[in-house]
Amino acid sequence: MLTKRIIPCLDVHAGRVVKGTKFLNLRDAGDPVESAKAYNDQGADELVFLDITASSDERKTMVDVVARTAASCFMPLTVGGGIRTVADMREMLLAGADKVGINTSAVKTPHVIDEAAEAFGCQCLVVAIDAKRNERGSWTVYTHGGRTPTELDAVEWAAEVCRRGAGEILLTSMDADGTKAGYDIELTRAVSEAVTIPVIASGGAGNLDHMVHVLKEGKADAVLAASIFHFGQHTVDEVKCHLEKHGVPVRHAPRLSTAH
Amino acid sequence: MSGMKLGVLDYGAGNLRSVLNAFETVGAHASLVTKPEDFDGIDVLVFPGQGAFGDSVRILKKRELWAPLKQWLQEKRPYLGICLGYQLLFESSEESPGVEGLCAAKGRVRKFDPTADHLKIPHMGWNRVNWANKFSPWWDGLPNPTHLYFVHSYYPDVEDQSEVLCTTDYGVSFAAGIARENLMAVQFHPEKSQDAGLALLRNALKVLAD
Repeated sequence: MLTKRIIPCLDVHAGRVVKGTKFLNLRDAGDPVESAKAYNDQGADELVFLDITASSDERKTMVDVVARTAASCFMPLTVGGGIRTVADMREMLLAGADKVGINTSAVKTPHVIDEAAEAFGCQCLVVAIDAKRNERGSWTVYTHGGRTPTELDAVEWAAEVCRRGAGEILLTSMDADGTKAGYDIELTRAVSEAVTIPVIASGGAGNLDHMVHVLKEGKADAVLAASIFHFGQHTVDEVKCHLEKHGVPVRHAPRLSTAH
Repeated sequence: MSGMKLGVLDYGAGNLRSVLNAFETVGAHASLVTKPEDFDGIDVLVFPGQGAFGDSVRILKKRELWAPLKQWLQEKRPYLGICLGYQLLFESSEESPGVEGLCAAKGRVRKFDPTADHLKIPHMGWNRVNWANKFSPWWDGLPNPTHLYFVHSYYPDVEDQSEVLCTTDYGVSFAAGIARENLMAVQFHPEKSQDAGLALLRNALKVLAD
């Protein structure tokens, strides 16, 4: 059975991890490569780097971070943030990323989804959708890190990016994000049922039961989490043990005698 | 295994960095095979392709890599196929009707049925791989089953069951890999499957070197 994926997300600014990863006991807690290795050893199923760097100069640093991570972590790696064009995507993929995430640029220029799917295959492209509840009882898509509302309905937009060739959707509820009160189950379920591609749920995880709910009732295929891991609240394996106890299929990395 | 020279087939479609990194980590020397002459002097051919079935056949032919690749397989020289390098071994694919594959294994490549069980496509993530006992040297040291990382929308419908190295369930039970003398080809990505994937690559090189 295909297992549900647990995906830590690291915010990277100018080549440094900006959220607390102190508990990982790293020599350099701000080094994204060291952090990636620690999550790799914990048995994370994938890893996401979100580049929150503002300038394009500093973005070059991200290419180097990706290359160094890919040289020592043999797990799927997604890079998002500041990626606008097929050329930006190619640069990250050649550095060693397996997938690239786009958000605002997909809304502004939807054909970039078709172009990327054509150039690299749909499995490489993650479209991130930031959604917020509106007074009509549905959800509106926001761009620019959640600052700018659009005319788009989140469920309809999800179906469109799927049609255009996205390989996966990273769905963030802006209402739930940062509240630690749980994911928006209704939103996640509506999007997951509207598309044929996997959906990664993000935003709102405060405890382990929240993850169980979004994977079961919310029909998500994976969960992205930042603070629940970065502040040492739980390890990846603790999360997986809890999910397993509640009937969610997960993978435990085997301890191999042949490794290293 | 340190003396073995690996050639990684590069036809310009995918990112080979991860594959090269993985082989380096297990202590093998790998170079890129980009033109027909590059087949000379290598001991093992690795084909880690990704992309569409028909497109890749067209590009391999255009770059004059198709004929030496076919010959390599006909001569039963050591071969390691990953993802598209697995699917292309078969005769045809529903992805690209009318395009002939390498015909090194019997069967055709089929698409997962998305209407069955509301399957998400691509089949993406870690799934359970059940190993056939008779091929135990290939998966030596790994648990049975082992979780490995998949990303694909098509799967080979293998005719010769005696060659099935492992199976995986995703709506259907499909052959996640085949093996025979001097050949292993798998649908999942060992280079993305952490220690289990690296252990499998180490085993494969050992078996192919014997």
